[in-house]
Amino acid sequence: MIADNPWIDATVRTLLVVLLVILVVLILIWLERKVAGRIQMRLGPMVTGPYGIIQSAADAIKLLTKEDLRPATADRWVFELAPFVAFVPSLLALIALPFTAHLFVRNLELGLFYIVAVSGLSTVGLLMAGWGSANKYALLGAVRGAAQLISYEIPLVLAILAVAMVSGSLNLVEIVNEQGRVPYIVWQPLGFAIFIIATLAELRRNPFDIPAAESEIIGGPFIEYSGIRWSMFFFAEYINVFVLSVLGSLVFLGGWNWPLGNEVGWPLQVVLILLKTSAMLLLFMWLRSTLPRLRIDQLMSFCWQVLLPFAFVAIIVNGLVLVYEWPDVVLGLLSGVAALVAGALVYHSSHRTVPSQPWSLVPAKGID
Amino acid sequence: MAIEERELETIDINVNVGPQHPATHGVFRMILRVDGELVVDLEPVIGYLHRGAEKLSENCDYRQAIAFQDRTEYLAQFNAELCYVIAVEKLMGLEVPERAEYIRVILTELNRIASHLMFMGAFSADLGVFGTLFMYAFRERERMLDLFEEISGDRMMYSYFRVGGLAWDVPEDFVERTRWMVKEARKGIADIDGLLTENEVFLARTRGIGIMTAEQAIDWGFSGPMLRASGVRHDLRRAEPYSIYDRLEFDIPIGHRGDVYDRYMVRLEEMRQSARIVEQCLDQMPKDGPIVAPDLKRVLRPPAGEVYMRAENPRGEYGIYLVSKGADKPYRLKIRSPSFCHLAALRDMTIGHYLADAVLILGSVDIVLCEVDR
Repeated sequence: MIADNPWIDATVRTLLVVLLVILVVLILIWLERKVAGRIQMRLGPMVTGPYGIIQSAADAIKLLTKEDLRPATADRWVFELAPFVAFVPSLLALIALPFTAHLFVRNLELGLFYIVAVSGLSTVGLLMAGWGSANKYALLGAVRGAAQLISYEIPLVLAILAVAMVSGSLNLVEIVNEQGRVPYIVWQPLGFAIFIIATLAELRRNPFDIPAAESEIIGGPFIEYSGIRWSMFFFAEYINVFVLSVLGSLVFLGGWNWPLGNEVGWPLQVVLILLKTSAMLLLFMWLRSTLPRLRIDQLMSFCWQVLLPFAFVAIIVNGLVLVYEWPDVVLGLLSGVAALVAGALVYHSSHRTVPSQPWSLVPAKGID
Repeated sequence: MAIEERELETIDINVNVGPQHPATHGVFRMILRVDGELVVDLEPVIGYLHRGAEKLSENCDYRQAIAFQDRTEYLAQFNAELCYVIAVEKLMGLEVPERAEYIRVILTELNRIASHLMFMGAFSADLGVFGTLFMYAFRERERMLDLFEEISGDRMMYSYFRVGGLAWDVPEDFVERTRWMVKEARKGIADIDGLLTENEVFLARTRGIGIMTAEQAIDWGFSGPMLRASGVRHDLRRAEPYSIYDRLEFDIPIGHRGDVYDRYMVRLEEMRQSARIVEQCLDQMPKDGPIVAPDLKRVLRPPAGEVYMRAENPRGEYGIYLVSKGADKPYRLKIRSPSFCHLAALRDMTIGHYLADAVLILGSVDIVLCEVDR
């Protein structure tokens, strides 16, 4: 409790979290550009401030002062409301997100369920943007986005559900406390792998940036947006990245605990959650910078044929372990084997078509 | 009450890709008719870059026309220049000094690597790689352009080859520098290979799309890497060797299935083979000697006649048809551009694939629009 009056308490907590998130998003955008730059042998932003640290602020000002264009053929209300519909759910998710054992707005009993539910809502914003823009690229992107987000919501929820089964709670603080010294990633590698892949798809980042495919449909639903409305989509996207990274580090990486003990003071808790979230964020940035994009039908078949069955495998394994009360080591082993099988399947199916010698070299003489 | 049964009606939509679109690599336009994501029809529209290069060349004398070759094939300028220059030399019956021949081949093959690097970068951008491969490829390409600039004085429009030889001699450290650069380029090629070739997503995207069988490829008039990816053993450097290619050892990569993946692999291997050629040339090159044929007149007046010279360019068979009436200007100059033939087959390659594949197939053609429209 920060204050005695629950209203004041809630307001102060919300303000704190919102301010924190705005700061985090600005840093995140800068970091993304820096990391991508380093991976690509560039420096990234260097001019605005030391190491370009205030580049995001400069960008924000630029976007705010830009003209807010709307195509003449656009469906006015749908077009103008879409950014808000995409933006608000990403903020809603923050309400139930605990950062440390004490820093949160509300610790909901169904926190995990709530976050997954509201983060799925932003699809509506995407669809509205695609429909309202009256643009073929935007429509294609929106339909792609809807299909993708709805499909990947299912393995994401199932992977998280498997964790909730073991921890016996949907309360995020309790899930973290339940993990104690050993985070769930050790016992649930399969669940973690599914979570990461589904999260990438949920966030529409490479290799799943299909709704906004830059080289095909040129930004998809966002193609007609400019200025502040466009930046709201952008902002919502980065809040989602942040929210899901925090969620991943809470559910799978042990949140504010570390192997040396559960009862750590709040400064250390902040450092731990920050480190774990950063690890997730850097993983996402790394994947984004190096992977090509999948095609929409491959994305769907990957979801329904690989991710979903293996998400059920994760649930069955967890159920067996719970029913027969096997030790955690067995769970880790079974889950690890299942994850390896999944990886081998994917590897085999993609390499099946490649001959061992992809081309033949015709020697110097004797060509037609 | 009878319920009226009606089939749900879906309409195909036309999606206009280009002329301003990141996937079209220049000002090319394709009108796609899509059924959802499936491409049911495609119409390529060209001509946005038509500048009349052929007619312009006919109004310049033989030396000035070299510059238009650069501007026609702006990713493999040396290759285009070489083709034109050899055509004029054939008309005049000129002998080119040894040293000039070697320098020409070195620059031409380096330019082939640079052009294929550009393909790698652009193709990866089509694939959705967030610029990383682009930067890898451009690191090597930049080095080459630096060298080309130092030699010719320009980064893009070299105009360095001359009828009968070269404009001037190369810098003194040319051999050492090129040797080092080729070594670095090999590393860069290995980087590209490592990042893309075995990638599961890359395989899933490129395998089995845009297939052209050997017969189809020949019927459409394919040439260069596109033809070889379909499994046809044809390389003009071998089939009718020009310049000094008959003295050099190199292999020719041949694909098996003629899909987008094979085209990528063939180009990747071609870069390695070009590096091999450059290294051999550097070993064999005479240390010094003349770089221009002796007794050349100031104004070139080839005897009346006609010639067709074709050369293996990074994109395929680049041909120059020249008709001379004995004047100081070509009577007729016709350019045969490989990308033009490849684009003609774009519709056949793309129909039945997804919208996302259309972009990849177009990328795999490796078009240069200036050369298509001329």
